[in-house]
Amino acid sequence: MTSPRANRPLLEVDGLRVEFPTRRGTLVAVDGVSFHIDPGEVLGVVGESGAGKSLTGAAIIGLIEPPGRIAGGRVTLDGRRIDDLPYEEMRRIRGRQIGAVFQDPLTSLNPLYTIGRQLVETICTHLDVTPQQARARAITLLQEVGITAAERRIDHYPHQFSGGMRQRVVIALALCANPRLIIADEPTTALDVSIQAQIIALLKKLCREHGAAVMLVTHDMGVIAETADRVAVMYAGRIAEIGPVRDVIKRPKHPYTIGLMGSIPTIGRNVERLTQIDGAMPRLDAIPPGCAFNPRCPKAFDRCRGERPEAMAIEHGQVACWLYANGRMGER
Amino acid sequence: MIAFIVRRLLQSVVVMLVVGFVAFSLFAYVGDPITIMLGQDFTELDAARIRRDLGLDQPFFVQFAHFVVNAVQGHFGISYRLARPVDQLIAERLPATLELSFVAASLALALGLPMGVYTGLHRDSWLSRVMLTLSLVGVSLPTFLIGILLILFFSVILGWLPSFGRGTTVHLGWWTTGFLTTSGLKALILPSITLGLFQMTLIMRLVRAEMLEVLRTDYVKFARARGLPNRAVHFGHALKNTLVPVITITGLQLGALIAFAIITETVFQWPGMGLLFIQSVSFADVPVMAAYLCLVAFFFVVINLIVDLLYYAVDPRLRIDRAVSGGHTV
Repeated sequence: MTSPRANRPLLEVDGLRVEFPTRRGTLVAVDGVSFHIDPGEVLGVVGESGAGKSLTGAAIIGLIEPPGRIAGGRVTLDGRRIDDLPYEEMRRIRGRQIGAVFQDPLTSLNPLYTIGRQLVETICTHLDVTPQQARARAITLLQEVGITAAERRIDHYPHQFSGGMRQRVVIALALCANPRLIIADEPTTALDVSIQAQIIALLKKLCREHGAAVMLVTHDMGVIAETADRVAVMYAGRIAEIGPVRDVIKRPKHPYTIGLMGSIPTIGRNVERLTQIDGAMPRLDAIPPGCAFNPRCPKAFDRCRGERPEAMAIEHGQVACWLYANGRMGER
Repeated sequence: MIAFIVRRLLQSVVVMLVVGFVAFSLFAYVGDPITIMLGQDFTELDAARIRRDLGLDQPFFVQFAHFVVNAVQGHFGISYRLARPVDQLIAERLPATLELSFVAASLALALGLPMGVYTGLHRDSWLSRVMLTLSLVGVSLPTFLIGILLILFFSVILGWLPSFGRGTTVHLGWWTTGFLTTSGLKALILPSITLGLFQMTLIMRLVRAEMLEVLRTDYVKFARARGLPNRAVHFGHALKNTLVPVITITGLQLGALIAFAIITETVFQWPGMGLLFIQSVSFADVPVMAAYLCLVAFFFVVINLIVDLLYYAVDPRLRIDRAVSGGHTV
């Protein structure tokens, strides 16, 4: 009540639920996911394929492919509820308030139009400028994302750029209207390893300069460690653990996170063999009762098999695990 | 670009030579012209003399060379049936067929394209279902039946439109057109619907399938994520990406419309090349058949050349690839 604007999170997701109705019943792909992103913050979201990370991002910008749909919860951007807006109003928010960067830069750009045309049409859609001003802004953006000879390159077609260069163009497109939040869905997965670090550094630098917060969806823990302020670990459609990056990486709480960290090789540390998590993430139609991770969890006990753990506050974050119920701090 | 056109032109010449060879073979294998010209009473001496006079005793390839030289100038000899130069006969009939095909193709495109876009965008609406069901009828009903049904309904029962012929035509030089008179235009309606219906349903189904495909692509999703209005996403980004296959099929179909207007022309007694051809076949009028074959091949070659050039206009990737590979060959 004291300062309504200053400390308010930019984005609040509360109990988000995404369902896919199928002939054999409804699949719940995202189930009760809650988190927030502060202005200018970088939130990393990690998890295996199918954990619901990308769908969470798609739900926030309102682009879930039918027949999938948001079945519950609410998404609030800067105090305004956006998950139930009509299509046209949500369209004005996309690109203007929330920008997006997709996984594969080779397929994100329309092959038949010059990158300049695609930039100018995005700028003109959201900002009240003349085509000449839009073009000037497009050139500036291209220079900002590190494309040399932008005045000339703006009239080139996507296939005349390399993968890394195209992802730079995609970032420029996401930043066209100075959005407050960028949802980056695996922005480096499709790129050469040597380019990945450049693109992540660029994304982080530009978002800081433009004052945009980032939701960085990835399965690359290294990228998260370098870039994010906080990290959310997702498993089978739910958040297993969320907290500051240092805490989650150095002292993971959830047994799934512990397993995830143990499976990452570290240079300079001599380990006999990397640990691995036995089994695989359950299919959406076969999520076990209780904690979804219990069949693979080395520390599972009776309660894990019968009762589902909700997010519990610990130190600076939250963890959804019975080991930490009632102030019990695990047996690590 | 120039290198590409030259290469395509050379390919076209090869295609035309092969077709010309087939057409020429008709003369050699469909009946002996000497026998046809002399009738039943002749001596071997007469036959040999005429054979020599007409150059038919020369080697096969020399005769073929003569045929090609004449064909290039448009001379295909004299019709056995009508005893008039074939090029004149064709020139008289060509405008009728071209006008009919042109109207039918425009109709098919003008209706098929928007219907395809609509059914692609609104997959589950009742209007889409109606269009798809009707298009099945259009694809499966044979052309002659559609023509006869249309005549029955609009000419016989309602009496609105003529059931045969071109109506009054106007001469513009050697070209005769039905576009300038009311009766000419009215006469065009039923045949062009008959001829274009199948193409229209084909284009509609093709555009629909391509739209569904393109709407799933990343760049369309990304265009939505950039907040572009639906109109820009659907027509600017999605539709343009469906055009390459649509141009291909439309081009091939236009060739087919010209070549195979035969059935429609027969049903409506349309005085075009198709009708001329079908009458020539029943009289074994080889010069007309050969000329028709070459002309149809020529149309296909020209249309395909235009289609290839349109690819370049639509898809920038082709332009660059050619420029690069051209650079290597130099």
